[in-house]
Amino acid sequence: MGIPTPTPRVVYGTLLNDRDTLARLAQRFTEPPYKAPPAKPVLYIKPANTYAAEGAQVAVPADPGVVRIDATLGVAMARDARRVDAAHALDYVAGYVIASDVTLPHDDIYRPPLRERCRDGFCPMTPCLPAPAGFDPDGAVVEIAVNGSIVHRRSLRHLHRSTARLIADVSADLTLPAGAVLLLGTPEGAPLARPGDQIRIAVPGLGSLSHGLVADTSGDRA
Amino acid sequence: MKHARVQFEGRTWAATADGGRVRLSDGRLLDEQDVAWLPPIEPGTIFLLALNYASHAKEIAFKAAPAEPVVFLKGPDSLTGHRGRTPRPADATYMHYECELAVVIGQRCKHVPRERAYEVVRGYTVANDYAIRDYLENYYRPNLRVKGRDATTPLGPWLVDAADVPDPMNLRLRSWVNGQPTQDGNTRDMVFDIPALIAYLSGFMTLNPGDIILTGTPDGVSDAAVGDEIVTEIDGIGRLINTIVADDPAA
Repeated sequence: MGIPTPTPRVVYGTLLNDRDTLARLAQRFTEPPYKAPPAKPVLYIKPANTYAAEGAQVAVPADPGVVRIDATLGVAMARDARRVDAAHALDYVAGYVIASDVTLPHDDIYRPPLRERCRDGFCPMTPCLPAPAGFDPDGAVVEIAVNGSIVHRRSLRHLHRSTARLIADVSADLTLPAGAVLLLGTPEGAPLARPGDQIRIAVPGLGSLSHGLVADTSGDRA
Repeated sequence: MKHARVQFEGRTWAATADGGRVRLSDGRLLDEQDVAWLPPIEPGTIFLLALNYASHAKEIAFKAAPAEPVVFLKGPDSLTGHRGRTPRPADATYMHYECELAVVIGQRCKHVPRERAYEVVRGYTVANDYAIRDYLENYYRPNLRVKGRDATTPLGPWLVDAADVPDPMNLRLRSWVNGQPTQDGNTRDMVFDIPALIAYLSGFMTLNPGDIILTGTPDGVSDAAVGDEIVTEIDGIGRLINTIVADDPAA
């Protein structure tokens, strides 16, 4: 029963790809421990234990009892992309994934976010959705509703690196293999949510993803 | 027993170690140069430890070992096998190797107490976790560009059954560059030992069979040039050979 959990070959997430986030943090980037603004895409991995399907109930640890919904659009790769140029990057895309990149809120981005982003079930996502005719990922809008009310709406026009530019820049350093998902970037101002909340993420013209949040009862450490 | 995955005569084989040679699952006995080596397991999540030996933390200018394990992840294409080639980017000025004990998880598990941690270990292998330090940036550090490029993590040759490694916390690790010894450490000097790492990770993540934990490296790292042969060896586990090649975008 239920919807099978998607099984991408790997899921890469992208931090600091929203121009308003970059502007907000510009001064902090010059201070320790960062010292300089990011030059290349800042990537992280959502490992297999985070994969979850439509309808998942995501367990939120009691400490801190709150999560941030870094909802975003991802590209699913049709074939191995390595050193592709931006002009051809979208030719490597099989379709799109709507993802709820759940994370414990964190402002310190010096160390990899394992405890924050890599907890069980912390990446509900749709299967690969084929792009409707004329779908432009860079013009897509991601809407986040909590308990039926839209609390956040963000156009991917705010992305510092466009979809094609991001694929090109990432693939300059590592292969995005067939079956991989590359999330296009965490949105500025992403909302917080708590156990009991119902989350719905919609990308008009593409589809939607819904999941719940529940209090963790397994005793996971923060 | 020591297990490998190799390619021979156009197909992939399970193999075992037999008196310094390679025994295919159909019984044929080959020299190790006769086969192409894959990483000894199909990887699940690949965990890596930074700064898990005080000697290396000091070497790269950290005053103290961390209070909590510093763990990062790599993607599946970062691995390569024994006798593989690892590309050095043309603009790199400092690319160093790191000999590491790799722990392979054997069963799905969560909330494993440290006193039961070895029960979930399937076995051990050798890893060489290259870093391209020119690419270091201070966001989610060590960032994927430093550590996650294609084929920058040789793994193998053998997966050694846990039952054959009575004390994984007392193994000598060494590296050589073109035959010259460089690293010489012991797993007993880890800041967070294997049971601590399994207890820590499984405290908030489900671990699955095939997940790999690379447990960090001692001091003695140095720049490796195109053409260098890097050997990383752990007593009783294996001797892993890798060659640095130029990263040629047209190749």
